[in-house]
Amino acid sequence: MTAFLAVQAILAIPLGSAAALALLPDYRLSSRLNVAAAFATLLVACSLFFLPGFSTPYLLIDDFNTVFVALNAFVAFTTSVFSASYIGHELEIGRLTPRNLRFYHAMCQFLAFAMNLALTANNIGLMWASLEIATLTTVAMVGLYQTREAIEAAWKYFILGSVGIALALFGTILIFMAARPVMGEGFDGMVWTLLMRRAHEFDPALLDLAFVFLMLGYGTKVGLAPLHAWLPDAHAEGPTPISAVLSGLLLNVALYIVLRFKLLIDANGRAISPGPLLATLGLLSLLFAAFMLYRRRDVKRLFAFSSIEHMGIIVFAFGMGGPLANFAGLLHMTMHSLTKSAIFFTVGHIAQVKGTQRIADIRGLTESQPWLGWTLLLGVFAIAGLPPMGVFTSEFLVVSSTFARSPALALILVFGLLVAFGALLLRAQGMAFGDPGGGPEPRSRASTAPIVAHLSLVLLAGISPPPPVVAWFEHVAAMLK
Amino acid sequence: MSGLAFDVSHLLAGGLVLISFMLLYQTRLYALLNVYAAQAVVLSLAVGWQAYVQDKPHLYATAAIAFLFKAALIPYALHRAIDRLGVRREVENVVGVGATMLAGLACVALAIVVMLRIESDADPLAREDLAFALSVILLGLLMMVVRRNAVSMVIGFMSLENGLILAAAGAKGMPLVVEFAVAFSVVVALVVIWVFLFRLRDRFGAVDAAVLEEFQGSRR
Repeated sequence: MTAFLAVQAILAIPLGSAAALALLPDYRLSSRLNVAAAFATLLVACSLFFLPGFSTPYLLIDDFNTVFVALNAFVAFTTSVFSASYIGHELEIGRLTPRNLRFYHAMCQFLAFAMNLALTANNIGLMWASLEIATLTTVAMVGLYQTREAIEAAWKYFILGSVGIALALFGTILIFMAARPVMGEGFDGMVWTLLMRRAHEFDPALLDLAFVFLMLGYGTKVGLAPLHAWLPDAHAEGPTPISAVLSGLLLNVALYIVLRFKLLIDANGRAISPGPLLATLGLLSLLFAAFMLYRRRDVKRLFAFSSIEHMGIIVFAFGMGGPLANFAGLLHMTMHSLTKSAIFFTVGHIAQVKGTQRIADIRGLTESQPWLGWTLLLGVFAIAGLPPMGVFTSEFLVVSSTFARSPALALILVFGLLVAFGALLLRAQGMAFGDPGGGPEPRSRASTAPIVAHLSLVLLAGISPPPPVVAWFEHVAAMLK
Repeated sequence: MSGLAFDVSHLLAGGLVLISFMLLYQTRLYALLNVYAAQAVVLSLAVGWQAYVQDKPHLYATAAIAFLFKAALIPYALHRAIDRLGVRREVENVVGVGATMLAGLACVALAIVVMLRIESDADPLAREDLAFALSVILLGLLMMVVRRNAVSMVIGFMSLENGLILAAAGAKGMPLVVEFAVAFSVVVALVVIWVFLFRLRDRFGAVDAAVLEEFQGSRR
């Protein structure tokens, strides 16, 4: 098997199963098919590690995106397992109808297709289009419950997402304009690998402008501070599996695209250096989100703001640049995906058991639902950056590499981390301990496997990261400069 | 490039910017839709002219799509939606008309300052076309900010997309991929918008983003 065939498979499997799921009326069968398709995608995605990369005018596989394709496939698979146990309950209490579920399952796979396409695209136009498809798919899913809040959230997401995507397209057009005098007219001016080869000849002024638009456009999708307004609503009001996918995957995909363009601008040499811009936006997001964490009353919103915080840390790390900071950024992206989706899985079950997402109404979980309560605590410890979890390792690397180069920035970074740490522990403590109150609660039928899998991977990365993974990340970090 | 080709391109692109300004001060929904349709007609003329000047037949297709979808189908559909939903026909601005127009002027000035400073070997036509396109994009953004009515926000977004198509058509030799992507996105966006309009009606009996503000999630 070649890598090209594998990429075709990871695009064809989700697309084909999306079509099949749209036709299947029985939701039990379709949730199983959903899991099977995600598993097949995961197997093929893992095979990419052993195959040499390639590039065609439309598709590209190199060491950089292999990591993300595999991570994406893994989280998509565990999410499908979680979703199978989650939706049964939603159907029982009548929040969703079988018709909704048919739509939901088809959209899950369609979203996986769009994200895989965005990750493997070599053509900057295709990259843009596939992220746009992914966005529109998630908009439809955020509005799935059709409550007032859900519609408002989806509307906000739709409007802000569309504006972001429009600005990104303008940036893409500007990149083409910058490349045209060198690359000539036609398709070559949009193929990323070809652009990289001759980037130093492009007009720097046009590239500057292009990067500003790309940063604003794709930055909206990443959820960076001044452009984040859609993110908490979209996370809080949609079905929880979608919150997990949004936080764990879609933000990463958008950031991946920003990094691709960062490489292009860096390769030019005469254009603005994207680093300081990224670092500033990252730090701003971190500080803003850290303070906002204190005022959350909705548990999913709380963790949505924590996603903004972590995206800020990651963007800051890549903005600082250099092998160590890039390595830390990549590791943190992976750790954040795994931890945050595990937290959302747990929170999804908690919200089902308690019948509410209000933090004030969730008390004494360790007593009434020991498994969920302790898992939540563990997840919060991990995401807040306590050792020995993997998030601690990556945050430590970000901080120490920053200290070596600019201590003032490192102080701000540490301050933000501590503020966020305090908020998360404060809220988690309130939810996990105390008197559960209220009457007897239904037994949770939580699917434990996905949560255990994610958290043990995070723990493993914190204690002794496997050498091949470290070597791979180091190699990619060097690629990112 | 001959002087005439140059002048006509400028005339049409400038017309788009002018119509963007007209969109800013409309106070009735139907009038807003008509002005939007007019902008789409000018857009298709501008793209058609680019097709002729650059001798790129595929741009004619883009022009045709702009004309059919944006000038005819979407205004018609929204017209019907407004009729059937019984939405209030007047739209109020959050900001006064005078202030909005001043902000619009500032947007255009910004676009010109940013684009004309670029001294590349790209031909001046492409550069100036891009300045017009950026103006239309910024004015579309401005419109989305100053309107609170859901339909006029959608129109603001679509006029923003008109600016994008103008930019893509002006970028000489840009492959068809993007035009198709834009057309496709418009269709998908339309579907989503339809869904929203109907769901909004079901839930609130009106299509007004002001109603939505009661549920502002950020306070929770």
